[in-house]
Formats: sequence, structure tokens, C-alpha cells
Amino acid sequence: MPVTGAPKIITGRIGHADSHTLERYLATGGYDGLRKALAMTPEAVVHEIDTASLLGRGGAGFPAGRKWAMLRQSPVTYLVVNGDESEPATFKDHLLVERDPHQLIEGVLIAAYATQVSQVFIYLRGEFALGLERVQAALNDAYSHGAVGNDIFGSGFSVDVVVHPGAGAYICGEETALLESLEGKRGFPRIKPPFFPAAIGLYGEPTVVNNVETMSNLPWIVLNGGSAFAALGEGRSTGTRLFALAGHVNRPGVFEIEMVKTTFRDLIHAPVLGGGIPHGRELKAFIPGGVSAPWFGPDEIDLPLGQDEVADAGSMLGSGSVVVMDDHTCAVRASWRITKFFARESCGQCTPCREGSGWLEKIMERIETGNGREDDLDLLLDVCDNIAPGLTWPPQQTTICVLGPSIPSSIGSAIQMFRDEFLVHIKEGGCPYG
Amino acid sequence: MVDRATTTEPAHTVPPDVAEGQVTFTLDGRQVTARKGEMLIAAAERAGTFIPRFCYHPRMKSVGVCRMCLVEVSGPRGASLQPSCFVEVAEGSEVTTDSDKVKKAQDGVLEFLLINHPLDCPVCDKGGECPLQDQTLAHGPGETRFVEEKRHFEKPIPISELVLLDRERCIQCSRCTRFAAEVAGEAQIDFIGRADQLEINIFPGLPFSSYFSGNTVQICPVGALTAVPYRFSARPWDLDQVESTCTTCSVGCRVAVQSSSNRVTRLLGIDADPVNHGWLCDKGRFAFESVNSEDRLTEPMVRKAGRLVTVSWHEALDVVADGLRAATKKSGGPGGVGVIGGARLTNEGAYTWAKLAKGILGTDSVDAQLGDGLPAEVVLGLPRATIDEAVGADTVIVLSGDIREELPVLFLRLRSGIVDGDLSLVELSPQATALTPHAAVSLRYLPGAATELAKAIADHGAPAPATADPTDLAEARRLAGADKVVIVVGRPSLAEDGALVAEAVQVLARALPKATFLPALRRGNVMGALDMGLSPGLLPGRVGLEPGRQWFTQAWGKVPDERGLGTTEILESAGGSTGGEGARTDKPHRNGARVRALVILGADPLTDFPDAGMVRRALAGADFVVSVASLPGPLSAHADVVLPVAEAHERPGTTTNIEGRISRLGQKLVQPGQSWPDWMIAAELAVHLGADLHLDSVAEVWDEIERLAPAYRGITRSVLDTPGATDGVVAPLTVTAVAFSRRPGSAPLDPIAFPGVESVEQQGAPPRAGLAGARTAGIAANAANAANGSKGAPEVGAGTSGDAAVTNQPPQLAGPFEITVPRVVPTDSYSVRLVASRRLYDRGAAVDAVPVLAGLIPDSPLRVNPHDLDDLGIGTGGNVKVRTATTSLVLVAVADPSLPRKVVATDFNVPLAEGTVADLIDATAPVTELRLETP
Repeated sequence: MPVTGAPKIITGRIGHADSHTLERYLATGGYDGLRKALAMTPEAVVHEIDTASLLGRGGAGFPAGRKWAMLRQSPVTYLVVNGDESEPATFKDHLLVERDPHQLIEGVLIAAYATQVSQVFIYLRGEFALGLERVQAALNDAYSHGAVGNDIFGSGFSVDVVVHPGAGAYICGEETALLESLEGKRGFPRIKPPFFPAAIGLYGEPTVVNNVETMSNLPWIVLNGGSAFAALGEGRSTGTRLFALAGHVNRPGVFEIEMVKTTFRDLIHAPVLGGGIPHGRELKAFIPGGVSAPWFGPDEIDLPLGQDEVADAGSMLGSGSVVVMDDHTCAVRASWRITKFFARESCGQCTPCREGSGWLEKIMERIETGNGREDDLDLLLDVCDNIAPGLTWPPQQTTICVLGPSIPSSIGSAIQMFRDEFLVHIKEGGCPYG
Repeated sequence: MVDRATTTEPAHTVPPDVAEGQVTFTLDGRQVTARKGEMLIAAAERAGTFIPRFCYHPRMKSVGVCRMCLVEVSGPRGASLQPSCFVEVAEGSEVTTDSDKVKKAQDGVLEFLLINHPLDCPVCDKGGECPLQDQTLAHGPGETRFVEEKRHFEKPIPISELVLLDRERCIQCSRCTRFAAEVAGEAQIDFIGRADQLEINIFPGLPFSSYFSGNTVQICPVGALTAVPYRFSARPWDLDQVESTCTTCSVGCRVAVQSSSNRVTRLLGIDADPVNHGWLCDKGRFAFESVNSEDRLTEPMVRKAGRLVTVSWHEALDVVADGLRAATKKSGGPGGVGVIGGARLTNEGAYTWAKLAKGILGTDSVDAQLGDGLPAEVVLGLPRATIDEAVGADTVIVLSGDIREELPVLFLRLRSGIVDGDLSLVELSPQATALTPHAAVSLRYLPGAATELAKAIADHGAPAPATADPTDLAEARRLAGADKVVIVVGRPSLAEDGALVAEAVQVLARALPKATFLPALRRGNVMGALDMGLSPGLLPGRVGLEPGRQWFTQAWGKVPDERGLGTTEILESAGGSTGGEGARTDKPHRNGARVRALVILGADPLTDFPDAGMVRRALAGADFVVSVASLPGPLSAHADVVLPVAEAHERPGTTTNIEGRISRLGQKLVQPGQSWPDWMIAAELAVHLGADLHLDSVAEVWDEIERLAPAYRGITRSVLDTPGATDGVVAPLTVTAVAFSRRPGSAPLDPIAFPGVESVEQQGAPPRAGLAGARTAGIAANAANAANGSKGAPEVGAGTSGDAAVTNQPPQLAGPFEITVPRVVPTDSYSVRLVASRRLYDRGAAVDAVPVLAGLIPDSPLRVNPHDLDDLGIGTGGNVKVRTATTSLVLVAVADPSLPRKVVATDFNVPLAEGTVADLIDATAPVTELRLETP
């Protein structure tokens, strides 16, 4: 069965044209989860999230409940929502922000109550023009509705939420760079240790940083119980997840799918999902979890969409972005394109990423444009090794943040899977795909 | 960019000898002990393992961005590569700095740094002392694997008058931006762009105008930032160097003076822990160009038939001796000679001139201050604080001029105490200063009314002055009641009599008996000159004329019969004034002995004395003017004799800073032509006066100072030359004073910024037969002697008459004192009071003779309270006419809301729209009052 009968936990409302309005939200059970949470103790809310085994949807997949529990005790704590979704082919939060902003806000309020935080910042990618407008409008409506602000719904709990637009840097999706940016500084990531946000976060205070999708799951979990969420999926990967399917498929888009119960084959080929590869072409490779992830080939297509399952196979589910490449795709050019992105978006703070990303991009360009040399493959891998020593997965790093070791993923995969194709580029002095 | 509040302190500031909280870890298989919280890179360095690095600087917060210092550190998930500048040592951790993995990572980082580096080492100032070059040779690949085109930027671009930026060479280590933001507090340079287009730059149209910009050149680990004066002037391997002390102001920053072909090429800040932490101000760093000036005086000159003509020293000194004798005779006493200046001299020079003036000529009209200081007895009689004590205090009360303008590196230290430490600052000032934004409380006072404000702080029942906010005053009172209070005292305005400030200081001293004081008198060695007795009523060693009479009469044969005149009174007397003007009732020249001859020691009162008219009258009225100078200034036109003198870096000796810290001056150059050091001129002049000072070398002078000057007792040459005393010894010597010495193992120069010049020669005075071995027991023994006070058993040399004299050693000054304070009587209710403040760059010789600095001298407007400006109907930027009883100037007015009503301010010795502020100030008046009018 390609698609399970799991409920639409976070995309149930988006079929409506007015899904972003308070009216539609209230008409479809909006803020009931918050009211229920406020009637519970914060500990009970955390317990529900723990029971749900909600893994973070931002990329690292860390359990949300455990993240909250790690928050250092302090008189001042913050909750920051990471909505700086900027990686190529990743566009699931974009949908939630534009189409169901109240669900995000309600989730945020539940999280704030559970962690007893009174100040929340929602950091949204600056290019989300409509999303920023809608979240701000929804927030204003939520304030008017009494769901945000002083003594929300008469519960005695008060919380303020501020929406902050990013200024166009991919690196600000890295949580510590995001905090720097929020503080008004350059988006340079901080060094962990010691700057784990749960210990030393925004303005030096303990801070929870959660992803938009993670937050959007909370109303449903509180209303339906953590067990109901945990009943979906399998193992640690519970509930449903959004997958942003891109590349060579007939129906690219965002799909909410029950975890583990569905495979990459289903996602790519099921008529209600990807709908297969166009023009009757064959699958050459796919990226299972965003452009930072190592690639998979046709042999891995039957892997289930589960966090641990994909990790065990040597890549990651990451941000839930799946990119499909058909057999007319030039692996060198695809990898070069990804490298180019990282080379433009490296913040420049630390040496291996600043210099290495640009160097790798230049070598890839050379190979693709017919100026490659025979020892370029060794050079590429050695430069990659100087950014991510050992080229292991999960990677080690010589850099401050994980942007650095994200760069070698596509290059390493492309060389490993399609070495001959590189050699053809080098020997024939150009791209065989034209 | 890391959050300041949560970073640990730099490893360098952790004393290695603290046993408490030590941790033991394994470094490459060895057991190493370090202090808890110390950074790995510093702990390893002390243990003898130098981990390569670029961005790490021991005086700034770690950022861990260059990644050169990656080492393997054991952790819960096995060993991983960690930046050793950013990881604290942890008990039991295992650190590997020499594994293949570490080496590969470090080599990789180096290769990354080099791919876009232009490798233009042959035309780069940094070549030969470049950490990138050196570490490439040590760790880097022999050949490049990078075949693409490198990053290109326009090179170099000026980011200020002093600093050039070559972005192609930059390795983005952020040392410069962190210095500007964290240390200087002026983030005028920052990163622009990202990825491999990340560059350092200024903000559009706003130059890097910080007074501390030269430090970024010094700490830049590549040749990205270069200094205009040094650019292409030398190669590091051709440079000779000596460790010395900067005497541009009285903070006493330690420096390495580097020279080539008998020219100073560069000054580098040395990391003296108690003083400057390696930092210098740009004036101190670049003022050496005046020493190299083509205009230096090289031969003695005597005025003949109206023209200065070159003569021999013998003839010149004969003329001087005759002139001084004639003046003494004509005035009927030694008071006929006035000696002005001396702050530019070494301690040895100042002592020798004091001995000549007071012991041979017998005049007490000697003053190293130029009407811009405070009464010397008050300053020397206050219990003294060190800079470290001020920075580490609970509260610092500042009653002085703008510290950033006058004593720039003291500003850095105090700012650091506030920003990085727990210091609270209370500022008492007639106008806002650079410290105002850092002050817990900044209280305003009307010029002339400092005492009223001091009393309001000291006495909780006293009325609050109208200029001080009552809430702020209450907070100031609370902060003044803290346990550790240090009071910084200087001259907030040159248009306000120093005695008025001294009175306020004494009010605070009486009210806060536990407080200690740091003088903010700014002239180079003014503290040493005062300590040597170059002030009326004083004798060497912080001794009053009367208490020291017997001691110094025995040693010198004679001392002045009575107290003499200060600079203002000397000039007034020389100008023919009979006194009696103003509010003062006891003018010191009451006996009518008019000053006929002026000896001016390395000063130019024509531009550097607050009252220009008084100086012109004095020079016209004096019979005989001797200028001891290194450069021809405006004074030469008035001098009958000009004696060429050796400058900084050309003379060995010692200097004394605001703390009373005595440190060695290094001699790096041979003085030009026939110029002589000051002490030698005084000693030879004595011979021409038929006397003998019995001083034949700098070392002999020092030995006599140590023997005779009570405050300097026990600070022998061997004490000064003790390795731990390189950063100086605070007088008077106490056991704790030497605890502030440079720590063993700490590098005076940041070893990666100047890898080639780690060790700095220490140049003491040459040993003298018979005495060199006399005190070799070291500091502890001498400290023990000093602890016994004046009843110790110092040895007695030639010139004293035996043990009896030693036991009669006079007491050092201890205040408070009765001083004569003029009464301030407002002229009328329409007048405004003038504040004349100092700027770092002014038309003094240290700046004016230095081309790169001369362009930085600002044009100052007249700052006026905006309401007063409104009352005049003048907009900011408009012209205002300023009138005194004798003159009027049209100046540009700007609004300054920091000023109290009826107070206007401008700057001293800088160009105004018309004239200078010295045209307005009446040095005989307690405060200068003006009328403002529409022009």
C-alpha cells in the first residue's frame, strides 16, 4: 500500500483557500489544543510530547521533548522558532508558514507553556514575503483573540511572540547563527561547545530552538494525545512528516506521509505522490534529505522513510527534501550546482569552509567545463577530507558549524557513484550530457 | 562572534602560579598541570608545546575562527578535533597535538589560507616576520595545488591617514575587528560580504579614526594592515631593537624601539602586564618621526647681532653661565633665574638640572609643569594607586581631563575594568568625555566649582550643586563609599586654576581616607621631573624644601633660601608684572626679585602655555632666554642661546610614570650632530659656573638619586635590572611593588605577530666599578631595606657626610596640604565660563613635527549649551563672537548638550576658526569668563 491511511496532522486545513485566517482556524478546532494544554500542567504537556516521540523536523531529528528537558534553569529563557528554511529544494516550512500560520502560532504557544517561556521569537526567512505577512496578521489576530499576550485565555500564563525576518543568508538557518542574527549581529555560527542554545543561547540565556514543522505538530498531539501520534510510524520515527519532493518527478510538491510505513519508491512513483519519473526515464540517483545529505542510487529506493533507517543506510532524512535525478542528469553538474550553493552561502567565518567551498566549486566547474585533470578527483576528495576529516558519515569537521561538512556530501557521493562519468568529463574535455 | 557574557577570560590573564583549582591533563602523553578554566592553547604553550595559531590573541577573547590551532581532544564520544584556543583544559582529558590527523587538519587550514593569499611576500612589509610565512615554512605544503585565479581586491586602500588595508593578504582572523570593538570600543572596521568574498573594511565615508588604530597593524598576522610611516621603510631582519618606555605621555607604555641606519623605523607595544598590555596609542606609536626629523638642532647657537649663530659648546655654555650670573646679580638673588620645563627629560636629566638649579644657582623658581598641571605637593603627597589597582577597584572617581585624549592607554585599561570587570566609574567633569558613556555616574560642575561638587559627594548633608542631578549625586555618594576607591586627578580645563581642582581633590582625600590616587598629569616624564624636584618648594625624592633642607644642604652644599615661583608666576614676573592682579593675596614673587633669565627645558610655552599673552610679555621682558631643545620651534626666535639636546631613543636612563613606576629607557640611536643629553648639559654648565656636580655618567646620576631621594631609596640599578622588574618598579619601594613584575614565561611581544623579534634587548646603564657588585642580593633584600623606611642602612657614597646624614633622611610629602586657593568671583550674570580641554593631536612638537600626525590635528569649534545658543539666536555651525577684557575672536559654535548652562568649551593648542584658546585664557584669573555675542 503506497500511502497509509494516517490522518493529515498538519496539512489538514490547507485545502481551504482561507486556511490562513483565524475564522477558518477556529472553525476547524483552532486553539483547542492550546486551551487543553493550559488546563494541564506544563510537565503533563511535556510528557505528552515525550510520549509522542516527536523528532525535530529541522534536520537533525533530535526529540523535541528531550530538547526542552535540557533547557538550563534560569530566570530568563527564550523560545526561538527557526523558520529560515533556505536550502535548495526544501520548501515544506514555506507551506506551513503561508497556509496555516495559526497552527504554527498555536504550536509555539503550547511549547512556550510547556517550557514556561514568556518570550518567543519566530525567525522567518526574509524572502517569505507572503509568509511574513500572514504570520504577522495571524499573530495580531491571535493577540486580539486572547490567545497570545497577557494572561492568555484567562489561564494566568502570559507570553509574547515577535516575528523577525531574516536578511537573506542560508547560514542563519544554523541555530546559533540565527541567534546571532536575532541579536542584531552578523550571522556567524557560535562554537559548540560551549554555545549549546539550551545552555547559552539568545542574549546568553537558555534558549529552545525548534523548527516550524515541529511546532505545527503540537496542537494535534495535545488534542489527540502523544500515544495517538506515537501509534503512527514505527520505532523512533513516529507520526507523519512533510516531504518536499523535487527534481525529475511528474508531481513535485509537499506531501504529508506517515513515517517508516512508506518508502522512497512510494514517494517517487505513487500516483497520489510523485507520480513517477517523466518521459519514461529511469532513476539515476536521489538525495534523501536535502542537499547536505549523501546521495542514494536505485538500490536504496525501497528504503522506508524513517530517520534511523535512512541513517543506517549512510545518509539522512534531514530536512525532508527529496531530490530525484533521472538518467539524463549529469552527476558532475548536479554536484557542482550544489557545491556552488554552499560556496556562495558559506558565512566566511572559519577558514576551511570559507576557502574550501570556493576551491571545490572552482574545481567542479573546471571538470564540468572540460578543463579537468586526472588528479582532480584525488584533489577533490583530499580537499573534502580537510573539511570533513575521514569523509565519514555522520561527518567529522574542522569547521565551526555543519555547513562545512555538508559540502563534501554531494561531491563524495558523485565521485563514489559515478566516478566513470567524472573520468569521461576529464578525458573528453567536456560534459557528455551537453 | 561569541557572546561576551559567557566566554571565559583569556588564558593569558590566568596566573600560572595559582595552585587552587588546578587540573591535570595529558598533553602528547605527558602529564601537564594547568589552572581550571585556562584555554588549552595557553596551557600547552606554557608546557613548551606551541600550537600554531592566527586568530588567538592572549589579550582578546577567543573566537576560534582560523582553525589553525585544531588539536585532538578526548571527549565522551572519543577524540575529536577542537580549536585549542576555545577549549578549556579539563581534568583527565587527553590532548594530542602531534598526530597525523592533527597535522593533516593544520596543514589543510594553512593550504586553505594560502590559496587566495597573493604571496607577494617580496613586496610585503610583513615579509620576514609574518606568521603566515613562518607557519607555512614550518607546516605548510611546498607546492600549491590551487591552479585557479585568486581573489582580487584593489590594493592597498587607505582606511585612515595612518593605516592601509590590503584585502588580498587578509586571512579574516578578525584580530583587528575584535581589537577595535572589544579593546578600543570603536567598531570602525568590520567584516563585509561573506564566503570567500569576506573582507575587512571601514564603513563608507567613515575612516578608521580611532586613536588606537596602529595596534591593529601590530597584531595583524599578515601584511593586510600596514602603517603609513613604516611602509617599505625597512625589512625586519635589518632592524635593531631595544626595549624602552614611551614618554609621549605619562602612562609609561613599554615599547620595543626598532631602528635601522640610526633612524627609528617603528615602535611596537610590549605586553607589560601592569601597564599597557601590549597596546599603544597612535601618537605614542608614530611620534618617533620627530626624532628622525631633518630639522633637528645639531649645534649650539648663540644670538650675535640679532642672529643665532653656531658656536662651540664651550662658548655657548660660557654665554649661558654669564647670562645666568648677570640675571642673578641684577635681581639681587638667585630668584633672577627661572627654569621652565623638564617633563621631557629623563629622571637623570631632571635630577641633574634640579641639582644645578637648586644646589648651584640656588633658585627655587623651577617648574616642570606649564600651568597645565596641579600643585606638585598635593599630587606627590597623595597616597598613590597603580593602574592595576584602579582597574581592579570597586569605584574609580575621575576628576581630570578627557583620559582618552590625554592618557590614551589608561583609557583602555579603565574601560576594560568597566566593560570586562566590575569597576564603576564616577566622573566629575565640566563636559562629557570619552569615558562618559562608560560612567556609572557623570556629574557636571561649573568651572571653578569642583570643590562644591566634591563636598557634595563627601558630605551627604551638603547641598547639591545646580549642575548635578540629585539622583546621580546620590549614586555617586553610594559608589564613593565602596571599599576600594581610586581617584584619578588631573586638569579638567586649562581655563580653570589648578589650585581649584587641587582643593576639590583634597576634599575627597579627607573624606575618603582609604582612597588612593592616580595622577593624570599628562606630560611625558612630568611625574619623574616632580619627583626629582623640578617644582617650586620641592627637592628630589618627594621631599619639601624645608623638611629636606638639612639633608640636601649636606649632600649638595646648598639649597634655595626660600620657596620660588611656578611657571605662571615666573612668566608673570619676567614680563614685568608687579603682581597683585587677580584674587590672589600672596603672590610668591612678593619680595620683588624679578625673574630676568629664563631657562626653558624642552618646552615651548609660546604654544603650550594656557595664556599666550603672558608668554609673549615674559619673553619680551626677560633679559636672557636659554632654550634647551631638539627642534627649532617658535621659541628659537626669542632665545639668546639654543642648546641642542638628545631626544627620546637617543639617551639611556629612567622614566617615572603616573603610578610612580620607574622603568628603563633604551638608547637605540646616536644623537645627531653635537647634541647632548640633558644631564650632560647641566653637568657641564655647572663647570662653567665654577662648580662641580660630581656626576659623570647616567649611572652615577641614578646612584645618587637612589642614595639621596627618599622615595627612590632602594631602587638600585641592580633592582631595575632584575629580570622580573623589566616592566618597572613602583616608587617608593615596597615588598608588594615588585609583585607586579612581568611573569616568567610571558612573551613581551605577541609571538605570532612578531615571531622574529621575540626577545628584546634590555639595555641598562653600564656598570660602574666599585658599585656594580654592591647590591646583588636582588629585589627581596632591597625590599626589606625599603620596608625599614628611612632608618634602613643604605650605603653612603661620595657627597654625603656619613651615617648621621642617612638617619636624618627627610620624610616624604604626605598631604593634605594647606594650599592657596583663589576665590572665584563671577564677573556678571551675562558671562559664560570657558573650558579648555586637551586633544591627543595638538600643535605640540610631538605631533607637529610628525607629518602623518600633523594632518590629524582637528579644527575645534566652540561648544555651547544648546539653550545658550538658542538665546543668542545662533544655530549650530554658526559664527559666534567671543569677547574677553582684552581680545575678541569669531568662532564656529556647535551645540553640546553635555555642557551646563553658561559654560562653553573648546580645545587647547589646536586651530580654532580664528586664533587659539590661549588668546582667550587669563592665567592670573581663577577661571576665564567670556561674553558671547552675535558677530
